[in-house]
Amino acid sequence: MMLRADGRKFKSMNRRELLKLTPIVALGAFAIPKLQAPLLKAGLGFSDWVSAGIFRRGHLAPTFSDAELTPFDKFPINDYDVDDPGVDLDRWTLTISGAVQKAGDYKLAQIQSLPKITQNTRHVCVEGWDVVGNFSGARLSDFLRLIGADTSARFITVKCADDYYESLDMATALHPQTLLCYEMYGRTLTGQHGAPLRLTIPTKIGYKQAKWLTEMNVTNVLQQVGYWEDQGYSEFYGL
Amino acid sequence: MASRAIEINDAKTGELSQAVYEHPLIVRLCHWINTVALFVLVGSGLQIFRAFPSFGAKIPQEDLIHWPKALAIGGWLGGALQWHLTFMWIYMATGVVYLAYQLFSGNYKQVLFLPRDIPGVWPMVRHYFFFGAKPPVKQAYNPLQKHAYTSAIVLGVLSVLTGLVIWKPVQFSWLACPMGGFHYARLWHFIIMWALLAFVFGHLVMVVLHGWNNFVSMLTGWKKDPEYPSE
Repeated sequence: MMLRADGRKFKSMNRRELLKLTPIVALGAFAIPKLQAPLLKAGLGFSDWVSAGIFRRGHLAPTFSDAELTPFDKFPINDYDVDDPGVDLDRWTLTISGAVQKAGDYKLAQIQSLPKITQNTRHVCVEGWDVVGNFSGARLSDFLRLIGADTSARFITVKCADDYYESLDMATALHPQTLLCYEMYGRTLTGQHGAPLRLTIPTKIGYKQAKWLTEMNVTNVLQQVGYWEDQGYSEFYGL
Repeated sequence: MASRAIEINDAKTGELSQAVYEHPLIVRLCHWINTVALFVLVGSGLQIFRAFPSFGAKIPQEDLIHWPKALAIGGWLGGALQWHLTFMWIYMATGVVYLAYQLFSGNYKQVLFLPRDIPGVWPMVRHYFFFGAKPPVKQAYNPLQKHAYTSAIVLGVLSVLTGLVIWKPVQFSWLACPMGGFHYARLWHFIIMWALLAFVFGHLVMVVLHGWNNFVSMLTGWKKDPEYPSE
């Protein structure tokens, strides 16, 4: 049995159905200049929130055989400013502050006295490329224990000799593959790769893995997130 | 299908015509929101691609394509990532809602391409591309349409899965394996985008060929004078 309707009724029915699509117009908010930035910030923030949620502390990043390594001379030199800020290695210390029991200046030898970890892991750049490198260093988690860090604090922040700065969530800082790296490819870190100390974090995007570290702070509040994050890149960017 | 068909009586001419309620509101909403999301994702994706217009590792590598900035969204890499990482949620949400609706309503039966539809594909291709006779219309979607729509959904799912691997190669390392690894995920993601665009092109050609009533049905749900028999 088929229902019947006259032409006018059919038209008004169609109009009503069309009006039901008006929620789609809400997407137009993305085209309004004033709303666009906050909306995209919220979208990126949501992505970061999900990223932090799916991060698994015990899940290891893939590791690779020596045959799969990118040759050392093909490992890209990336920085935001200078290729080598020329750190005075003899006078270098890592200055620790914040929620720690033993704040102060730490020498490289103190970091090198911690168990040495060597790993072949992938370094992924936000641009879309990646390389596999050989990195050696101390676990950041071991160093945090050494300095008596409050690991219930939310963030680790670092400052660098080239005025670069970065921050790291505590869960990632405690990940077993997160290293304070002082050797690449079995050789002392070169000036271009962050001598004398850099971060290697196979669970994070490249820009989180700061080079030429000079200061580290354990904190619950971030004044600034990181050089690239503060330009509009993802704040968490876990892989 | 054609659960809601009506007969329209034109007051002026007294002519009788038929209409069927073809696309429920939820499908129409998903269709159009997803259209916007796909547009943004393609545009911002191409801007992201511009940052490293190649595939594989960064061994000094040649740029494959110089995609023009004017045909991309976001202006710079960080901006494009904001668009991409925002609209991917809208894209996935409409996909999930659409699939859930199709599944629970049983509507998928009229559009899902099954092996029994295979023999009907060639006659439709012959009709569209080689001026063959038009096969009799028996159902809302002909075998070629079912093939196209089912493929589009499969491509949509694959675009999400390959995207997840690019976004989270560590957390979804298990998903990278069947794709041939991290590098292939990016290549597949790129190829799937072009496949989806090819679908969109074909879809738009068909929309133009099939006229106004067909187009309106995706806006109001009602299709006037359906070609297939209504109950």
